[in-house]
Amino acid sequence: MAVTLASSPSSVGRRRADLLFQGAALLVLVMALAALAVLVATVWEDGASRLDWKFLTSFPSRRAEDAGIYHAIVGSFYVIVLTAALALPIGVAAATYLEEYGGRSPLARFIELNIANLAAVPSIIYGLLGLGLFVRAMGMGRSVLSGAATLALLALPVVILSTREALRTVPSSIREGSYALGATKWQTIWYQVLPMSLPGILTGLILALSRAIGETAPLITIGALTYIPFAPDSLWSPFTVLPIQIFNWVSRPQVAFKANAAAGILVLLTLLLTMNAIAIVLRDRYQRKGR
Amino acid sequence: MPADTRALPPALSSLVRPGTAPVDAAPVKIEVDGLNFYYGQKRALDAIAIKIHAHRVTAFIGPSGCGKSTFLRTFNRMNDIIPGARVEGKVLIDGHDAYGPGVDVVSLRRQVGMVFQKSNPFPKSIFENVAYGLRINNLTRSKAELAERVEESLRAAAIWDEVKDRLNESALALSGGQQQRLCIARALAIRPDILLMDEPASALDPIATQRIEELVYDLKKAYTIVIVTHNMQQAARVSDHTAFFWLGRLVEYDRTDRIFTAPAEKLTEDYVTGRCG
Repeated sequence: MAVTLASSPSSVGRRRADLLFQGAALLVLVMALAALAVLVATVWEDGASRLDWKFLTSFPSRRAEDAGIYHAIVGSFYVIVLTAALALPIGVAAATYLEEYGGRSPLARFIELNIANLAAVPSIIYGLLGLGLFVRAMGMGRSVLSGAATLALLALPVVILSTREALRTVPSSIREGSYALGATKWQTIWYQVLPMSLPGILTGLILALSRAIGETAPLITIGALTYIPFAPDSLWSPFTVLPIQIFNWVSRPQVAFKANAAAGILVLLTLLLTMNAIAIVLRDRYQRKGR
Repeated sequence: MPADTRALPPALSSLVRPGTAPVDAAPVKIEVDGLNFYYGQKRALDAIAIKIHAHRVTAFIGPSGCGKSTFLRTFNRMNDIIPGARVEGKVLIDGHDAYGPGVDVVSLRRQVGMVFQKSNPFPKSIFENVAYGLRINNLTRSKAELAERVEESLRAAAIWDEVKDRLNESALALSGGQQQRLCIARALAIRPDILLMDEPASALDPIATQRIEELVYDLKKAYTIVIVTHNMQQAARVSDHTAFFWLGRLVEYDRTDRIFTAPAEKLTEDYVTGRCG
């Protein structure tokens, strides 16, 4: 049979279906992006006028035009750095145990199942746990440390799951190569497996932190203040964070505070996007180093 | 066991069980007796005995799945990592049972080095790849000594001239043949007694293969080498002794020239002449 390059009826139909699906996918994507763009645009319109150096460096005030967000930025910064400092070592250690040592033991399976469950627990439950455990039982009070510990609990399941995923991508040939040189299991994990998993671990951590930085409910539950005229200066200071300050302003009846809330949202969004950008840069750096 | 997967080799003509007799006057480095190996329920090696001589190159040949790689990996207990793997019998290395009680696997692997089929350099610099084994085993006392040992190992693996100006570049930028020689250098750096090579040239082009073969020939002065290969010509070229495996059994073990010119077993002859397998 000779080769024909003209389209047959069936190929026309298939090509049409192909185009149709491509169009539908594009439409959905555009709709999602448009919703986001409209949201950012409205917030920008409301808040941009309030966004200046004074707003970033002032403390809250009863007069909307004097109010600032400095205390909440510092609070969020403290909380998120501490959350990372708690969630990263614990999460990586837990994932390493489950993936490298626990194997198929019933205990490991039980823990595994419960971590998957924990990832789906509403954040306010973590707030109640934090209140009972850190604030009351452990006597840490309504402090930055209590807040960070609570958010670390919230972040842990995601950190553990993404670390396990990353550990699994390390080829067995690398492990064998290390063992064959007389490395112990721990040396193999520490010098070969974990460094190779670092991009994946960091990505998971930043994703978890991006969620934690926007959390309001668990921090309100453990008693983060909604009005606070100073920035935290130690682990034991009372504190507030950006989303709580925004929530506070939104709930005020005065229109001027609404502008403050919008400006606060812009600050929070900028912070989030910066974190994600850092994650991408870090991941790319380590991936290139590994190549 | 179902008969179709475990068809027994034809009755062997030799009166002596293969592998029990030495084939050389050189001292015995590895002595194996009554070795059975199981992956879960499946028996992969069946009552293997062999005496491997020091400072010789011993080649393991046989069709895919005959157990030669599995056997090789019992010498440095690499199979320990595989879940469900089980070993019976003795693997004596310089008279010490590798599977005996109180054996330090880490110490065993330091003395029985290994090069794998697929080159597996660590995603680090060329220098760090070779230095890794020295560092983790605390084998050098100073930076200068470390650099010296790295150079010595790279020279021994015949790759020094190609990489001396770019020791800090990633090992993954090297060609396949260079990566494999780097892995050999890495294995040599910790000065093992025995070097195991699991099809070290199977993924390489003919020129890179030839370099590896020349290297093996040079290295036997200092090491006892056991090499698994699919390539009959390679076994004939590089090895002093050859062991032929078939379906988890050792069929014949003898001097390489005898295996290839006057094998005692019909099965060996059929395999080395390409009539079966």
